[in-house]
Amino acid sequence: MTTANPNAAQAHARAMAGTQVEAMPTVPASAAALLPAGVAPSDMVWAETLAPGGYGAKRLDRGARLQLTDLAGDACASMLVFNAERPVERLNVADTLKVQWNAYLGAGKLVLSDMGKVMFSVLEDEAGTHDAFCGASNAATNAARYGEGDNWGPHPNARDRFSLALAKFGLARRDIHPCVNWFKGVKVEADGSLTPQHGPFAAGRRLTLRAEMDLIVVLANCPHVLDARADYSVTPLRVSAWRGPVTPLDDPIRNATPEGLRAFLNAEAEYSR
Amino acid sequence: MSDPLTGLTGPIARDDIVPARAPWDAVVRKGQTLRIVDLEGNQAVDFLMYALADDAERYSAQDTIVAQGNIFLRTGSVLLSNEGNAMATVTGTSVAYHDTIGGACSCESNTLRYGHHTKSQHACVENFLQANARHGRGKRDMVSNINWFMNVPVEADGALGIVDGISAPGLYVDLRAEMDLVAIVSNCPQINNPCNGFNPTPVRMIIAG
Repeated sequence: MTTANPNAAQAHARAMAGTQVEAMPTVPASAAALLPAGVAPSDMVWAETLAPGGYGAKRLDRGARLQLTDLAGDACASMLVFNAERPVERLNVADTLKVQWNAYLGAGKLVLSDMGKVMFSVLEDEAGTHDAFCGASNAATNAARYGEGDNWGPHPNARDRFSLALAKFGLARRDIHPCVNWFKGVKVEADGSLTPQHGPFAAGRRLTLRAEMDLIVVLANCPHVLDARADYSVTPLRVSAWRGPVTPLDDPIRNATPEGLRAFLNAEAEYSR
Repeated sequence: MSDPLTGLTGPIARDDIVPARAPWDAVVRKGQTLRIVDLEGNQAVDFLMYALADDAERYSAQDTIVAQGNIFLRTGSVLLSNEGNAMATVTGTSVAYHDTIGGACSCESNTLRYGHHTKSQHACVENFLQANARHGRGKRDMVSNINWFMNVPVEADGALGIVDGISAPGLYVDLRAEMDLVAIVSNCPQINNPCNGFNPTPVRMIIAG
């Protein structure tokens, strides 16, 4: 096809429509071929597969479910979370662990903000290997392992992915807070040393979160910063989100611990207007 | 260490007593040593650092943990920034290890940890916000910090918590700045857990070189 004049260039551009690749969003999300079980298409709000090295971000309403699927067993979902209407409130990994008296995230655990509120509940976890200690790779760590780690190269790092994602919400480098890494784990030994749990794992492991506030969630799918493999090893990450009811007062996760219950009470107070 | 200045070289640029519960901040130039002395023992000193030249570059607990493969800070630990650069090195300490996973106490997290009756108590985040405001920084500049003289073990079953301290009166930590930086401190006012032995006390901050 010629692209020598605007009309021909338009025809050339339009001929691309309908192309399907693995890593792409489906819009509207209701048209997604890979619907989570039991979810009505009309409830879908986000359906996207993030490429190896890719990133994505979405504003989610309170009550929304966010399901991450490690499609091929080697995804690493590094996550930032912000209060959508006041992003100066964000995920706090230290509080998330300290308040729950535990070092590890998994089913029934909460993701907490720096203002004493629950941001996400973990509804379902088929992985059991997650990490709140190691954070994101950055340009220096990727350069050391892969030779370079730039956004415009083949080995993008999670921190620089976050930086791009945040810029699109009017946020910047100083808003990149310590993150959690889903699907790639690390275990803390008695002497404080770290034992990676990096797989690769069975394909298709799922993690389902419930938004307990109106959120901006940011995901980067880059190799875990401690991944020792010389090659840039990461596989696609499926992201699905759908509308759901706000957590009822008798929810078992809400009432599981006194600390967690107070995190729900504080979040509920935020929306008591 | 009978004399708190033992081993420090060069002129003394600052020698401050930080009252119990108070914030403190200082510029530490590359090559200078910041000595923090736990005067009365088991006093958590919550600590953040920002690069003087570009304060979007700041201490990163996660990068520091990754680089040394360990959650505890000890002699030899290199404290890294969020950009992967060395900000400071722990050149010596008379305490076996220090914490960088426990974060800072806040009025808001205190309501979760202890109940809403603690909401009005002073907290480290309040100190960090006040000290950072002097440099034009705000809440978005808050990140995971260091807690000098605080003990946060992780048990084999995943249990994690602030437990009785392993410091004692007169114990210290020395940091050598590897870049020009701003140190922001909260002399922790927490009274609901053992991080300060349930009794916040003063600490001494000395900058030499």
